[in-house]
Amino acid sequence: MSAGNVSPLRGKRILIAKPGLDGHDVGAKVISLALRDAGAEVIYTGLRKTPEYVARVATEEGVDAVGLSLLSGSHKELVRDVMQQLESFRAGALPVFVGGTIPQSDREYLLGLGVKEVFTADMPLDHIVAALSRALA
Amino acid sequence: MDYAVPGPEPQTPSGIDIPELVTADMTRSSDPGRPGQYPFTRGIFPDGYRGRLWTFRQYSGFGTAEDSNQRYRFLLGQGQTGLSVALDLPTQVGLDPVDSMARPEIGKVGVSLSNLAEAEVLFNNIDLGRISTSFTINGTAAIIYAMYIAVADKMGVPRHRLTGTIQNDILKEYVARGTWIFPVGPSMRLICDTILYSNEVTPRFNPISIAGAHVRDAGATAVEELGYTLANGLTYVDELKRRGGDVEKFAKRLSFFFYVHMDLFEEVCKFRAARRIWARLLKTRYGVQDSKALAFRFGVVCGGSSLVAPQPYNNIVRVTVETMAAVLGGAQSIFTCAFDEAFQIPTEFSAEIALRTQQIIAYESGIGRTVDPLGGSYFVEYLTGRMEEETLRVMQEIEDYGGVRKAIEDGWLQMRIARRAFDRKQKIDSGATTVVGQNAFRHTDQKDEVGAVFALDPQAAGNVVRKYEEVLRRRDAARVDETLTCLQSAAASDDVNLIPYLVDCCHAYATVGEMVSCLKEVWGEFQEPVRL
Repeated sequence: MSAGNVSPLRGKRILIAKPGLDGHDVGAKVISLALRDAGAEVIYTGLRKTPEYVARVATEEGVDAVGLSLLSGSHKELVRDVMQQLESFRAGALPVFVGGTIPQSDREYLLGLGVKEVFTADMPLDHIVAALSRALA
Repeated sequence: MDYAVPGPEPQTPSGIDIPELVTADMTRSSDPGRPGQYPFTRGIFPDGYRGRLWTFRQYSGFGTAEDSNQRYRFLLGQGQTGLSVALDLPTQVGLDPVDSMARPEIGKVGVSLSNLAEAEVLFNNIDLGRISTSFTINGTAAIIYAMYIAVADKMGVPRHRLTGTIQNDILKEYVARGTWIFPVGPSMRLICDTILYSNEVTPRFNPISIAGAHVRDAGATAVEELGYTLANGLTYVDELKRRGGDVEKFAKRLSFFFYVHMDLFEEVCKFRAARRIWARLLKTRYGVQDSKALAFRFGVVCGGSSLVAPQPYNNIVRVTVETMAAVLGGAQSIFTCAFDEAFQIPTEFSAEIALRTQQIIAYESGIGRTVDPLGGSYFVEYLTGRMEEETLRVMQEIEDYGGVRKAIEDGWLQMRIARRAFDRKQKIDSGATTVVGQNAFRHTDQKDEVGAVFALDPQAAGNVVRKYEEVLRRRDAARVDETLTCLQSAAASDDVNLIPYLVDCCHAYATVGEMVSCLKEVWGEFQEPVRL
């Protein structure tokens, strides 16, 4: 974490979601703990949520950002569906981040959908916190 | 930025302190016993791999049954000695391919297997009387087991000749893998029905593989992996006994499954400690006498979260170290991950190297020539004893909390694992734990992925759905309804074994989704406790 700011995400509400059927939630939970340590209020959806559910909770909870965790190879379809659902809930401007098992060849596609950044397991947590902090400043 | 790389840390990844030098007086038990004799520290067979080599069993599956059948025949042709079927997420959570949540996930992490017609294609030209098949399936294990019986029936293979394993371990699903469907009670019933039926009808088949692998991959240490697995094992033993099972009989067909990560000696000692602890527990708690029932049999996977995407060819080295640990530890079957599994489904190229890793170790390294070659080493006996102590401590913590079931339903185990994973990540981020290529010895212009990209046939999902709809059109709808109605009414009473009903449903071409919907109506669904 940067020396100057102990809680770079203080005051921010972030939704961490598991759309689709993938049951591996460690990444989502580790990120949730890191964001919480950085001062954010984190809402974690739990497993097996529909894109519609994710968008609905994001709007109902008035979050500042949405993080999607996907490790099942279905990230292109599910991210696209979540982005569409956010539009239909009039939250198309909400920043969306993606984390998980995302081959480099798919990053461009996701960024093209409007995803702000794609994070993978090898990235340090403070890099992710800093990226979010910049995006939500 | 490169972190300065220190020498070896004084602790194993599980946190066990290791002296710079271990001498004879540091080990509690000077005699580790003999392989094939209680408590089996040195191994469960007196002749080890000379009597029977471990099985090369590569986890594999994607797309349609045709795609996977082709990959299985390739792997068998390249010298794999047992099948290991990966199933897609819809199949694993009991949704048919036409379900809206299923569509984007068809064939991605495994093969789509929604009904008997697909199973017939999957095993086309594979002799189930000779080849053993392992299925990684849990929420719908009873159904896939029933389907395996049904496909064997159709091929004319006698049921008693079937060999293989079905993972069928729901307790770890709630905690680390997430393909649960029903609440804990009815799920335990399905597990037990599968085991007890299999003991009678498919006696050469292992109807459960109690898996620590997934909690390990989720972040638990080797000690926690072993502790949680054995605690789950005892939970299954208690439930099977409650349901009238004879522990001397069913214990013979309980098997286990672990990850092998990079600390070679910790892994070897984990397996030696596992054999000893399990045998002692079964003997002292349940009075088990028969050697075959006390013998701890296990399979392993080498790789998983120990592999990283940066500089992926390094993963070949990692898997090699891990395979050696598995062999020195006496595993019965080994799955070696491909180097690119950190970021994709393996290609034929990477899958072949993974298989060759095992073959080279088996036929060129000589490390399997004698049983438990590390036995008697001062360090190995010392560390085995320490792993045993720490594992028993973890098991006691769960007991003190109130047992496995309470720990799961409260979300307590899940939270511990998440916290442990967070610790591990922080240690890697800070450089306290070295991961070559990721936080040390990076390239400034890092190309993270190399080699061929695996591409799932874009037509696969459409083909699966088309075939599914065709099966629905052609089957006898009245017969399907009949079998599902019988299943549902049997499910409502706790003391009926459901497997024969599921086999009937499979033979009628009822689908996985239909059978699961039936059961959901009786039992409801598990409500996940979200607790950080």
